[in-house]
Amino acid sequence: MKKLISVLLVLTGLALVANALRPARNPGEFDVVGFGRLPVLANGRIKPLDTIARSALLQFQGKQAVVTPDGRKPVPIEWLLDVCFRPDLADGYQVFEIVNPDVLALFELQASAGRDNKRFAFAQLTPKIAELEKQARMASQVESAVRTPFQSATVQLYGNLVHYQRLKYTLISSGRNNFLNELLALQDKLPAGIAAVRAKQAGQPHDEAAVNAMFEQGERFDTMARTANILVIPPPPGGPAEAWRTVGEALLETFRTGQVSPHALAYAGLAGAWQSRNAAQFNKIIELYRNGLEQRFASQLDKSGTEARFNQADPFTVSMYLYVLALLVAVTSWLIWPEALGRAAFALTGLAWTVATVGIATRMWLEGRPPVTNLYSSALFIGWGSVALCLALEYFFRNAIATAAAGVVGFATLIIAHHLSLGGDTLEMMRAVLDSNFWLATHVVVVTAGYSATFLAGFLAIIYVLRGTLTRSLDARTADSLTRMVYGIICFATLFSFTGTVLGGIWADQSWGRFWGWDPKENGALMIVIWNALILHARWDGLIRQRGLMNLAIGGNIITAWSWFGTNMLGVGLHSYGFTDAAFMALITFVVSQLAIIAVGSLPLTRWRSFAPKP
Amino acid sequence: MNSFLAPLRSFFTSLTLTVVLLALSLVLVFAATLDQVNLGIWAVQQKYFHSLFVLAKVGDIPVPVFPGGYLIGGLLLINLVAAHFYRFKLTWRKAGIQLTHLGFILLLVGELMSGLWQESYTMRIVEGQTINYSEHERDFELALIDTTDPKVDEVTAIPEALLRPDETIQSPRLPFRVVTRLHYPNAALARRSADSTAPATHPATAGIGPQVALTPLPVTYKDSERNLPAVCVELQSASGSLGTWLVSPYLDTPQSLQHEGKKWTLELRPKRAYKQFALKLHEVRHDVYPGTEIPKNFSSRVQLTTPDGGEDREVLIYMNNPLRYAGLTFYQHQMDAGKKTTGLLVVRNPSWQLPYISCALMTVGLTAQFLLHLAGFIRRRRATPAAA
Repeated sequence: MKKLISVLLVLTGLALVANALRPARNPGEFDVVGFGRLPVLANGRIKPLDTIARSALLQFQGKQAVVTPDGRKPVPIEWLLDVCFRPDLADGYQVFEIVNPDVLALFELQASAGRDNKRFAFAQLTPKIAELEKQARMASQVESAVRTPFQSATVQLYGNLVHYQRLKYTLISSGRNNFLNELLALQDKLPAGIAAVRAKQAGQPHDEAAVNAMFEQGERFDTMARTANILVIPPPPGGPAEAWRTVGEALLETFRTGQVSPHALAYAGLAGAWQSRNAAQFNKIIELYRNGLEQRFASQLDKSGTEARFNQADPFTVSMYLYVLALLVAVTSWLIWPEALGRAAFALTGLAWTVATVGIATRMWLEGRPPVTNLYSSALFIGWGSVALCLALEYFFRNAIATAAAGVVGFATLIIAHHLSLGGDTLEMMRAVLDSNFWLATHVVVVTAGYSATFLAGFLAIIYVLRGTLTRSLDARTADSLTRMVYGIICFATLFSFTGTVLGGIWADQSWGRFWGWDPKENGALMIVIWNALILHARWDGLIRQRGLMNLAIGGNIITAWSWFGTNMLGVGLHSYGFTDAAFMALITFVVSQLAIIAVGSLPLTRWRSFAPKP
Repeated sequence: MNSFLAPLRSFFTSLTLTVVLLALSLVLVFAATLDQVNLGIWAVQQKYFHSLFVLAKVGDIPVPVFPGGYLIGGLLLINLVAAHFYRFKLTWRKAGIQLTHLGFILLLVGELMSGLWQESYTMRIVEGQTINYSEHERDFELALIDTTDPKVDEVTAIPEALLRPDETIQSPRLPFRVVTRLHYPNAALARRSADSTAPATHPATAGIGPQVALTPLPVTYKDSERNLPAVCVELQSASGSLGTWLVSPYLDTPQSLQHEGKKWTLELRPKRAYKQFALKLHEVRHDVYPGTEIPKNFSSRVQLTTPDGGEDREVLIYMNNPLRYAGLTFYQHQMDAGKKTTGLLVVRNPSWQLPYISCALMTVGLTAQFLLHLAGFIRRRRATPAAA
């Protein structure tokens, strides 16, 4: 019976993974998946249109799901198609999240006018956009670290609206219902039109209507070129590989070459097919366009295709679910069927970790970088490292404690990572001083591993304290196992955080001319090393025993959280990336929670349920 | 003798002292990090780390409130060395820890030396320009230059620290005394019209001084801002005063005067360190990723030459790739590609290898210790049956 249940649990996990691995299917007749795989150059990197759609939605509203006023649920790439080709419809989709009451008041909107009381459509916001722009401009003159919530909210919302407008001009001139015909007509009438313009400039008799038409088109293309910042048109044959252009820039070339760029024509054709709901034509154009790109851009097509597949598989969400399942099974195993459920939990954790590994490896391949390149990837890696340590611990101790810790840490770090992904594309380019694969692979990975280990020791200690004070299950053997686990992990943490900090110093010496500069992030890492060393020395001195070790290890969580996030919030120093109120509140809440657990752990040992004298 | 030394020895070799010092250092580092928001990194270093005590102002009196970096670091050093002498025996099992501690001692000593002796200057070069000196980041000097001989300039430089009000400086190199009448550590200058009836804000009577209005500013601690001082000096020759002159780094061109047939110029400029070589800037590059403003690369292509012709080569300096020459290291520090100017950071740190050596020692030591423990742990696990 218990064997059957544990097998079923593992099969559930495998089913989740298999589901994620299914290739994407088109929701309707249009080959939107094929459209989503088309490569473009944005933010310095070649990526699929699918990523553009998903990161925009995450940025606007924190999630990828869209619900239209008539109840449809378009996938992100369908939403992007509407934004580009049917803007009047898209303006009615409620995708902009506004929760700050002062900002709502600025728009004279009630929260109830938004979907889920917080999502609003562009059409609802248009009447007061000028007012928002004014407020955002004033707010952006204030340093970001000291802005009030209202100021931060206006700047963020305005940025999102600008981004949205830019998307509209990315593929065609927004709002033109028959752009393809316009472009073809332009090509036909071009020689005559140019002759008319020349005649006018020479003061000769000319066709005024033709001249006006030329200038109008030129202006339209110019607006497109200046507004869009996604480079959609691949470089011409023989040009440098990075010379992608916006559609507007490519269309302006028409006046020089007499030919409309075939890529621009393709997108205009797609627009027409989408607008007239002609799926067959849409799919045909996609097929032809892709075949055309195969010749010179096969590797880019390959990479964007993989990235689109990666987006759709969403390995980290799958991993998150598996961690939760593993945690529940592990905790249950403490109560009944320890062997069978313990093994099932271990298998599920292993599965979750493997999925996360594949996810991280794919990101590394897509970016061409070592695993940790920004805050988001540091969260992923901390989770990965901690869980790896837990799997090793569980292999030796086999009491489902390390598995439970793995579930908690894995889940928590993936939640943190998700929140960090809301700022935009997480596969971002590295700034000049960070552009060194060697140091990213050594310093950043090692110091992040040190963070993982310190967190892991803290969470194992929390298990000790909670089990010891609230239950009778902390018997001598379990307490002993936990103590040795925590001690071992702290030794590991000392080694890695120290080595990582030192590597950082060497990198700084190569880059900035000094080994140590007392930068907040450097200080944060130093504090972790000092704390770990302090625990070890205090133990060797006999100043602390089991309970003291656990309480100090929980303290390590506070120090590491400060070093990981707190130092970024000060707004000074070389590592300062950004401050948000939500992050600050989360940090404070976390610190208070850890202090509370330490307080519980400091109760006299006779008050602990596990150590209380038995009646 | 023994009864006096014994408690002293046990205090300095005790592990409890180590734990206490580590705890104190943690608090110090945290407090310093928070204070950086107000004071900027350089001032925080002076206040918390390059000091014996952290001072807080009670009214007007600075009061020591917490041990500073030198005290804690020094005690840790003594604690470590003493413990090694009296307690540690040379065995394989402790070799890892001993190596680690040895490395740590070296690290502390190295940081102490850096704190005392490391100097950093910058070289700001415009494309096409050749420069053979570097400028200090913070200190200024009053440069009095005898320009009579068209082929040679004789420079007498007085550090700003000596220019205190009513202080007189007399030097055999100068035919006049320099008496400081006014000194502001940070000030702003503004043009003053010739017929302005507003009262003079400074005692300058000669040169450009009368056409300038001077406003003292509070000293700034922000890392992104600089303090630009202003000084008024009266030049008194044997035959009478040559006037009171206002000097400030704001003034682009030096002011000139003549005395006893010799031509002089004076200016307040960043303290210079002249070099035995020169750098000429050929090209600066500031590359961004296509379609973005994200910086991809900063680089300066310079020509390194010496007057005796011994060196004449082209060097490319970019992020993570400095130039090392003549005991100095040149880093790509700042750049204004629009103005075709590069800012190189020039660092002389004779003890720069110490952190590398000490970190190597500590890493080897910690790894050895860790592996030793891990091996023992695995052996013990194998000996006992696995937990059910």
